[in-house]
Amino acid sequence: MPGIADPTRPSTSLDGPMISLRGVRVSYSGREILHGITFDVQRGETLVILGGSGSGKSTLLRTLVGLEKPTSGEVWIAGKNFSAISGAERDDIRKKIGMSFQGGALFGSMTVGENVALPLREHTKLEDSTIDIMVRLKLDQVGLSGYEQYMPSQLSGGMKKRAAVARALAMDPEILFFDEPSAGLDPIIAAGIDQLILDLKQAFRMTIIVVTHELASAFLIADRMVLINKGDVVAMGTAKEMQNSTHPRVRQFMDRVPEPAVAQELDYLQMLTEQQPKQRSQSPGKSR
Amino acid sequence: MQIAARAIQGWTILDLSGDIDLAHSPAMRKALLGEIKEKHTPRVFLNLKNVRYIDSSGIASLVEGLKASRDQGSRLILYGLNKTVREVMQLSRLQKIFEIYEDEEQALAS
Repeated sequence: MPGIADPTRPSTSLDGPMISLRGVRVSYSGREILHGITFDVQRGETLVILGGSGSGKSTLLRTLVGLEKPTSGEVWIAGKNFSAISGAERDDIRKKIGMSFQGGALFGSMTVGENVALPLREHTKLEDSTIDIMVRLKLDQVGLSGYEQYMPSQLSGGMKKRAAVARALAMDPEILFFDEPSAGLDPIIAAGIDQLILDLKQAFRMTIIVVTHELASAFLIADRMVLINKGDVVAMGTAKEMQNSTHPRVRQFMDRVPEPAVAQELDYLQMLTEQQPKQRSQSPGKSR
Repeated sequence: MQIAARAIQGWTILDLSGDIDLAHSPAMRKALLGEIKEKHTPRVFLNLKNVRYIDSSGIASLVEGLKASRDQGSRLILYGLNKTVREVMQLSRLQKIFEIYEDEEQALAS
Protein backbone atom coordinates (compact mmCIF):
# COMPACT_ATOMS: atom_id res chain seq x y z
CA MET A 1 0.00 0.00 0.00
CA PRO A 2 1.49 3.36 -0.97
CA GLY A 3 2.81 5.44 1.91
CA ILE A 4 2.91 2.58 4.36
CA ALA A 5 6.24 0.97 5.11
CA ASP A 6 6.48 -2.77 4.61
CA PRO A 7 7.91 -4.17 7.86
CA THR A 8 9.30 -7.20 6.02
CA ARG A 9 11.47 -4.95 3.84
CA PRO A 10 14.43 -3.00 5.22
CA SER A 11 14.55 0.75 4.83
CA THR A 12 16.57 2.02 1.88
CA SER A 13 16.96 5.38 3.59
CA LEU A 14 20.42 6.51 4.69
CA ASP A 15 18.98 6.90 8.17
CA GLY A 16 17.89 3.25 8.20
CA PRO A 17 19.87 0.30 9.53
CA MET A 18 23.35 -0.22 8.11
CA ILE A 19 22.73 -3.96 7.82
CA SER A 20 19.45 -5.87 7.56
CA LEU A 21 19.02 -9.60 7.27
CA ARG A 22 15.64 -10.87 6.18
CA GLY A 23 14.95 -14.58 6.45
CA VAL A 24 18.48 -15.55 5.42
CA ARG A 25 18.95 -19.26 4.77
CA VAL A 26 22.28 -20.79 3.78
CA SER A 27 22.92 -24.40 2.85
CA TYR A 28 26.04 -26.43 2.14
CA SER A 29 25.64 -29.60 0.06
CA GLY A 30 21.94 -29.73 0.72
CA ARG A 31 22.34 -29.28 4.48
CA GLU A 32 20.85 -26.07 5.81
CA ILE A 33 23.23 -24.20 8.16
CA LEU A 34 21.26 -20.97 8.71
CA HIS A 35 17.49 -21.32 9.06
CA GLY A 36 16.02 -17.93 8.21
CA ILE A 37 18.01 -15.33 10.16
CA THR A 38 16.40 -11.89 10.56
CA PHE A 39 17.87 -8.90 12.40
CA ASP A 40 19.08 -5.32 11.88
CA VAL A 41 22.33 -3.60 12.80
CA GLN A 42 22.11 0.15 13.23
CA ARG A 43 24.69 2.61 11.92
CA GLY A 44 27.54 3.09 14.40
CA GLU A 45 26.44 0.08 16.43
CA THR A 46 28.74 -2.68 17.64
CA LEU A 47 26.99 -6.04 17.41
CA VAL A 48 28.62 -9.14 18.86
CA ILE A 49 27.58 -12.48 17.37
CA LEU A 50 27.88 -15.18 20.00
CA GLY A 51 27.56 -18.89 19.55
CA GLY A 52 29.30 -22.15 20.23
CA SER A 53 31.34 -24.15 17.77
CA GLY A 54 29.17 -25.25 14.85
CA SER A 55 26.41 -22.79 15.74
CA GLY A 56 26.55 -21.16 12.31
CA LYS A 57 28.06 -17.86 13.46
CA SER A 58 31.03 -18.04 11.07
CA THR A 59 28.70 -18.94 8.18
CA LEU A 60 26.59 -15.94 9.15
CA LEU A 61 29.66 -13.70 9.04
CA ARG A 62 30.74 -15.09 5.66
CA THR A 63 27.23 -14.44 4.35
CA LEU A 64 27.28 -10.88 5.64
CA VAL A 65 30.52 -10.07 3.80
CA GLY A 66 29.29 -11.72 0.61
CA LEU A 67 31.48 -14.84 0.69
CA GLU A 68 28.39 -17.07 0.91
CA LYS A 69 25.22 -16.57 -1.09
CA PRO A 70 21.94 -17.14 0.74
CA THR A 71 19.77 -19.92 -0.68
CA SER A 72 16.87 -17.63 0.19
CA GLY A 73 16.33 -14.37 2.05
CA GLU A 74 18.08 -11.02 1.68
CA VAL A 75 21.13 -9.26 3.07
CA TRP A 76 20.78 -5.48 2.87
CA ILE A 77 23.85 -3.30 3.41
CA ALA A 78 23.78 0.51 3.39
CA GLY A 79 20.31 0.48 1.82
CA LYS A 80 21.21 -1.92 -1.01
CA ASN A 81 20.16 -5.55 -1.40
CA PHE A 82 23.69 -6.94 -1.26
CA SER A 83 22.54 -10.45 -2.08
CA ALA A 84 20.93 -9.30 -5.34
CA ILE A 85 23.32 -6.71 -6.80
CA SER A 86 26.41 -7.37 -8.88
CA GLY A 87 29.20 -5.62 -10.73
CA ALA A 88 30.15 -2.04 -9.88
CA GLU A 89 27.26 -1.63 -7.45
CA ARG A 90 28.42 -4.64 -5.43
CA ASP A 91 32.05 -3.41 -5.54
CA ASP A 92 30.92 -0.05 -4.14
CA ILE A 93 29.37 -1.80 -1.15
CA ARG A 94 32.41 -4.03 -0.71
CA LYS A 95 34.62 -0.92 -0.46
CA LYS A 96 32.59 0.10 2.59
CA ILE A 97 33.46 -3.21 4.26
CA GLY A 98 36.61 -4.21 6.12
CA MET A 99 37.11 -7.78 7.23
CA SER A 100 39.59 -9.12 9.73
CA PHE A 101 39.81 -12.87 9.26
CA GLN A 102 40.47 -15.21 12.13
CA GLY A 103 43.80 -16.47 10.85
CA GLY A 104 44.96 -13.10 9.55
CA ALA A 105 45.00 -14.12 5.86
CA LEU A 106 48.02 -11.96 5.12
CA PHE A 107 49.89 -12.48 1.86
CA GLY A 108 53.08 -14.27 2.84
CA SER A 109 55.08 -12.95 -0.11
CA MET A 110 54.45 -9.29 0.81
CA THR A 111 55.76 -7.23 3.69
CA VAL A 112 53.34 -6.18 6.41
CA GLY A 113 53.31 -2.66 4.95
CA GLU A 114 52.56 -3.95 1.45
CA ASN A 115 49.73 -6.07 2.85
CA VAL A 116 48.15 -3.04 4.51
CA ALA A 117 48.70 -0.86 1.43
CA LEU A 118 47.24 -3.41 -0.99
CA PRO A 119 43.56 -2.31 -0.87
CA LEU A 120 44.62 1.34 -1.14
CA ARG A 121 46.79 0.67 -4.19
CA GLU A 122 44.06 -1.46 -5.82
CA HIS A 123 41.03 0.72 -5.14
CA THR A 124 42.22 4.34 -4.86
CA LYS A 125 44.22 6.87 -6.83
CA LEU A 126 46.08 8.15 -3.79
CA GLU A 127 49.74 9.11 -4.17
CA ASP A 128 52.29 6.57 -2.91
CA SER A 129 53.51 9.10 -0.34
CA THR A 130 49.97 9.43 1.08
CA ILE A 131 49.54 5.65 1.15
CA ASP A 132 52.87 5.20 2.95
CA ILE A 133 51.73 7.55 5.72
CA MET A 134 48.31 5.85 5.93
CA VAL A 135 50.01 2.46 6.32
CA ARG A 136 52.12 3.79 9.20
CA LEU A 137 49.04 5.35 10.82
CA LYS A 138 47.13 2.07 10.61
CA LEU A 139 50.03 0.03 11.95
CA ASP A 140 50.44 2.52 14.80
CA GLN A 141 46.74 2.18 15.64
CA VAL A 142 47.15 -1.58 16.12
CA GLY A 143 50.44 -1.26 18.01
CA LEU A 144 52.70 -2.35 15.15
CA SER A 145 54.66 0.84 14.52
CA GLY A 146 57.91 0.11 12.74
CA TYR A 147 56.87 -3.32 11.44
CA GLU A 148 56.04 -2.32 7.87
CA GLN A 149 59.17 -3.98 6.43
CA TYR A 150 58.64 -7.28 8.28
CA MET A 151 57.36 -10.34 6.49
CA PRO A 152 54.25 -12.02 7.98
CA SER A 153 56.36 -15.12 8.74
CA GLN A 154 58.44 -12.99 11.11
CA LEU A 155 55.41 -12.03 13.23
CA SER A 156 53.84 -13.83 16.18
CA GLY A 157 50.22 -15.00 15.93
CA GLY A 158 48.95 -11.96 17.80
CA MET A 159 50.96 -9.59 15.64
CA LYS A 160 49.64 -11.22 12.47
CA LYS A 161 46.13 -10.71 13.77
CA ARG A 162 46.80 -7.04 14.46
CA ALA A 163 48.39 -6.61 11.03
CA ALA A 164 45.22 -8.11 9.55
CA VAL A 165 43.17 -5.57 11.51
CA ALA A 166 45.37 -2.78 10.10
CA ARG A 167 44.71 -4.06 6.57
CA ALA A 168 40.97 -4.25 7.27
CA LEU A 169 41.14 -0.60 8.39
CA ALA A 170 43.11 0.58 5.36
CA MET A 171 40.14 1.90 3.40
CA ASP A 172 38.46 3.48 6.45
CA PRO A 173 35.51 1.13 6.07
CA GLU A 174 32.07 2.10 7.28
CA ILE A 175 31.50 -1.48 8.40
CA LEU A 176 34.14 -3.60 10.03
CA PHE A 177 33.82 -7.34 10.57
CA PHE A 178 36.00 -9.19 13.04
CA ASP A 179 36.12 -12.98 13.15
CA GLU A 180 37.33 -14.06 16.59
CA PRO A 181 39.63 -11.06 17.12
CA SER A 182 40.88 -12.21 20.54
CA ALA A 183 41.24 -15.94 19.87
CA GLY A 184 44.72 -17.14 20.69
CA LEU A 185 45.93 -13.79 22.01
CA ASP A 186 47.36 -13.17 25.45
CA PRO A 187 45.05 -11.14 27.73
CA ILE A 188 46.99 -7.88 27.35
CA ILE A 189 47.01 -8.00 23.54
CA ALA A 190 43.35 -9.08 23.55
CA ALA A 191 42.49 -6.08 25.75
CA GLY A 192 44.34 -3.88 23.26
CA ILE A 193 42.18 -5.21 20.41
CA ASP A 194 39.03 -4.55 22.49
CA GLN A 195 40.19 -0.98 23.14
CA LEU A 196 40.93 -0.51 19.44
CA ILE A 197 37.37 -1.59 18.59
CA LEU A 198 36.00 0.93 21.10
CA ASP A 199 38.24 3.69 19.70
CA LEU A 200 37.22 2.97 16.10
CA LYS A 201 33.58 3.12 17.02
CA GLN A 202 34.08 6.41 18.83
CA ALA A 203 36.28 8.19 16.32
CA PHE A 204 35.03 6.85 12.99
CA ARG A 205 31.41 5.98 13.91
CA MET A 206 32.02 2.57 12.38
CA THR A 207 29.41 -0.14 12.37
CA ILE A 208 31.24 -3.11 13.83
CA ILE A 209 30.28 -6.78 13.80
CA VAL A 210 32.35 -9.09 15.96
CA VAL A 211 32.07 -12.86 16.03
CA THR A 212 33.44 -14.20 19.27
CA HIS A 213 32.86 -16.56 22.11
CA GLU A 214 35.00 -14.49 24.51
CA LEU A 215 32.32 -13.28 26.90
CA ALA A 216 34.47 -10.71 28.74
CA SER A 217 35.34 -9.07 25.44
CA ALA A 218 31.73 -9.23 24.25
CA PHE A 219 30.42 -7.45 27.34
CA LEU A 220 33.05 -4.74 27.01
CA ILE A 221 32.54 -3.85 23.35
CA ALA A 222 28.94 -4.76 22.45
CA ASP A 223 26.03 -2.38 22.13
CA ARG A 224 23.95 -5.46 21.45
CA MET A 225 24.57 -9.18 21.21
CA VAL A 226 22.92 -11.91 19.22
CA LEU A 227 23.19 -15.54 20.25
CA ILE A 228 23.14 -18.07 17.41
CA ASN A 229 22.47 -21.73 18.05
CA LYS A 230 22.12 -24.44 15.40
CA GLY A 231 21.58 -21.82 12.71
CA ASP A 232 18.84 -19.87 14.48
CA VAL A 233 18.77 -16.62 16.44
CA VAL A 234 18.11 -17.67 20.02
CA ALA A 235 18.20 -14.21 21.60
CA MET A 236 19.19 -10.66 20.81
CA GLY A 237 19.57 -7.73 23.14
CA THR A 238 21.85 -5.40 25.05
CA ALA A 239 24.54 -6.80 27.31
CA LYS A 240 22.27 -6.19 30.30
CA GLU A 241 19.30 -7.87 28.63
CA MET A 242 21.41 -10.89 27.77
CA GLN A 243 22.87 -11.00 31.25
CA ASN A 244 19.37 -11.02 32.74
CA SER A 245 17.84 -13.37 30.18
CA THR A 246 16.08 -16.45 31.50
CA HIS A 247 16.25 -18.24 28.14
CA PRO A 248 17.87 -21.62 28.89
CA ARG A 249 20.36 -21.48 26.01
CA VAL A 250 21.38 -17.90 26.88
CA ARG A 251 21.81 -18.90 30.52
CA GLN A 252 23.87 -21.91 29.49
CA PHE A 253 26.13 -19.70 27.37
CA MET A 254 26.41 -16.86 29.89
CA ASP A 255 26.99 -19.21 32.82
CA ARG A 256 29.37 -21.38 30.80
CA VAL A 257 27.46 -24.56 31.53
CA PRO A 258 28.65 -27.56 29.50
CA GLU A 259 26.25 -29.46 27.29
CA PRO A 260 24.30 -31.85 29.54
CA ALA A 261 25.29 -35.49 29.42
CA VAL A 262 22.66 -37.89 28.11
CA ALA A 263 20.30 -38.09 31.07
CA GLN A 264 19.01 -41.57 30.78
CA GLU A 265 20.87 -44.70 29.88
CA LEU A 266 17.95 -45.56 27.63
CA ASP A 267 18.38 -42.27 25.74
CA TYR A 268 22.07 -43.03 25.34
CA LEU A 269 21.31 -46.50 24.04
CA GLN A 270 18.79 -45.04 21.63
CA MET A 271 21.31 -42.44 20.45
CA LEU A 272 23.87 -45.17 19.80
CA THR A 273 21.48 -47.47 17.97
CA GLU A 274 18.95 -45.26 16.21
CA GLN A 275 18.57 -45.66 12.48
CA GLN A 276 20.34 -42.99 10.46
CA PRO A 277 18.41 -41.58 7.48
CA LYS A 278 21.31 -42.35 5.16
CA GLN A 279 21.89 -46.11 4.70
CA ARG A 280 25.31 -47.54 4.09
CA SER A 281 25.69 -48.56 0.46
CA GLN A 282 25.42 -52.29 -0.09
CA SER A 283 27.22 -54.61 -2.43
CA PRO A 284 25.27 -55.43 -5.56
CA GLY A 285 23.14 -58.52 -5.25
CA LYS A 286 23.59 -58.69 -1.49
CA SER A 287 20.65 -58.22 0.75
CA ARG A 288 20.08 -58.25 4.47
CA MET B 1 34.19 18.71 -0.32
CA GLN B 2 34.71 22.35 -1.26
CA ILE B 3 37.95 24.34 -1.03
CA ALA B 4 38.19 28.14 -1.18
CA ALA B 5 41.35 30.20 -0.67
CA ARG B 6 41.58 33.60 1.06
CA ALA B 7 44.67 35.79 1.33
CA ILE B 8 45.34 37.70 4.58
CA GLN B 9 48.55 39.57 5.40
CA GLY B 10 50.51 37.57 2.82
CA TRP B 11 49.23 34.34 4.34
CA THR B 12 46.62 31.93 2.94
CA ILE B 13 43.51 30.57 4.56
CA LEU B 14 42.04 27.48 2.94
CA ASP B 15 38.35 27.20 3.86
CA LEU B 16 37.34 23.55 3.64
CA SER B 17 33.85 22.14 3.88
CA GLY B 18 32.18 18.74 3.64
CA ASP B 19 33.88 15.37 4.05
CA ILE B 20 37.61 14.87 3.52
CA ASP B 21 37.67 11.23 2.44
CA LEU B 22 39.35 8.93 -0.07
CA ALA B 23 37.58 10.65 -2.95
CA HIS B 24 38.38 14.22 -1.88
CA SER B 25 41.65 14.20 0.05
CA PRO B 26 43.78 14.33 -3.16
CA ALA B 27 42.23 17.74 -3.97
CA MET B 28 43.01 19.03 -0.48
CA ARG B 29 46.55 17.64 -0.70
CA LYS B 30 47.09 19.38 -4.04
CA ALA B 31 45.84 22.72 -2.72
CA LEU B 32 47.86 22.41 0.46
CA LEU B 33 51.14 21.37 -1.13
CA GLY B 34 50.64 24.01 -3.85
CA GLU B 35 50.53 26.75 -1.20
CA ILE B 36 53.49 25.37 0.73
CA LYS B 37 55.88 24.08 -1.93
CA GLU B 38 55.05 26.15 -5.00
CA LYS B 39 53.84 29.48 -3.64
CA HIS B 40 56.09 29.30 -0.57
CA THR B 41 53.35 30.89 1.56
CA PRO B 42 54.90 31.48 4.99
CA ARG B 43 51.72 30.59 6.89
CA VAL B 44 48.94 28.36 5.64
CA PHE B 45 45.76 28.15 7.73
CA LEU B 46 43.27 25.35 7.29
CA ASN B 47 39.79 26.37 8.36
CA LEU B 48 38.07 23.07 9.24
CA LYS B 49 34.99 24.63 10.80
CA ASN B 50 32.69 23.23 8.12
CA VAL B 51 34.42 19.86 7.77
CA ARG B 52 32.09 17.16 9.03
CA TYR B 53 34.42 14.21 8.73
CA ILE B 54 38.01 13.40 7.88
CA ASP B 55 39.32 9.92 7.15
CA SER B 56 42.86 8.62 7.33
CA SER B 57 43.65 9.64 3.74
CA GLY B 58 42.78 13.20 4.82
CA ILE B 59 44.91 12.87 7.93
CA ALA B 60 47.80 11.46 5.88
CA SER B 61 47.50 14.41 3.47
CA LEU B 62 47.66 16.82 6.40
CA VAL B 63 50.79 15.03 7.63
CA GLU B 64 52.33 15.47 4.18
CA GLY B 65 51.47 19.16 4.35
CA LEU B 66 53.00 19.48 7.81
CA LYS B 67 56.20 17.75 6.71
CA ALA B 68 56.44 20.02 3.65
CA SER B 69 55.86 23.15 5.74
CA ARG B 70 58.60 22.12 8.20
CA ASP B 71 60.97 21.43 5.29
CA GLN B 72 60.18 24.91 3.92
CA GLY B 73 60.44 26.61 7.30
CA SER B 74 56.81 27.76 7.06
CA ARG B 75 53.83 27.08 9.32
CA LEU B 76 50.70 24.99 8.82
CA ILE B 77 47.95 25.94 11.27
CA LEU B 78 44.59 24.21 11.76
CA TYR B 79 41.49 25.65 13.43
CA GLY B 80 37.77 25.07 13.84
CA LEU B 81 37.97 21.28 14.33
CA ASN B 82 34.68 19.69 15.34
CA LYS B 83 34.48 16.84 17.85
CA THR B 84 34.65 14.12 15.19
CA VAL B 85 37.74 15.57 13.53
CA ARG B 86 39.41 16.06 16.92
CA GLU B 87 38.75 12.43 17.81
CA VAL B 88 40.28 11.23 14.55
CA MET B 89 43.35 13.40 15.23
CA GLN B 90 43.51 12.00 18.74
CA LEU B 91 43.26 8.39 17.59
CA SER B 92 46.09 9.12 15.16
CA ARG B 93 48.09 10.70 18.06
CA LEU B 94 48.57 13.88 16.03
CA GLN B 95 46.72 16.44 18.11
CA LYS B 96 49.96 17.62 19.73
CA ILE B 97 52.03 17.48 16.56
CA PHE B 98 49.89 19.94 14.62
CA GLU B 99 49.36 23.57 15.61
CA ILE B 100 45.63 23.59 16.40
CA TYR B 101 43.53 26.56 17.52
CA GLU B 102 39.89 26.99 18.40
CA ASP B 103 38.98 29.69 15.88
CA GLU B 104 40.32 32.01 13.21
CA GLU B 105 40.99 34.87 15.60
CA GLN B 106 43.23 32.75 17.81
CA ALA B 107 44.92 31.15 14.82
CA LEU B 108 45.78 34.49 13.19
CA ALA B 109 47.04 35.86 16.49
CA SER B 110 49.36 32.91 17.06
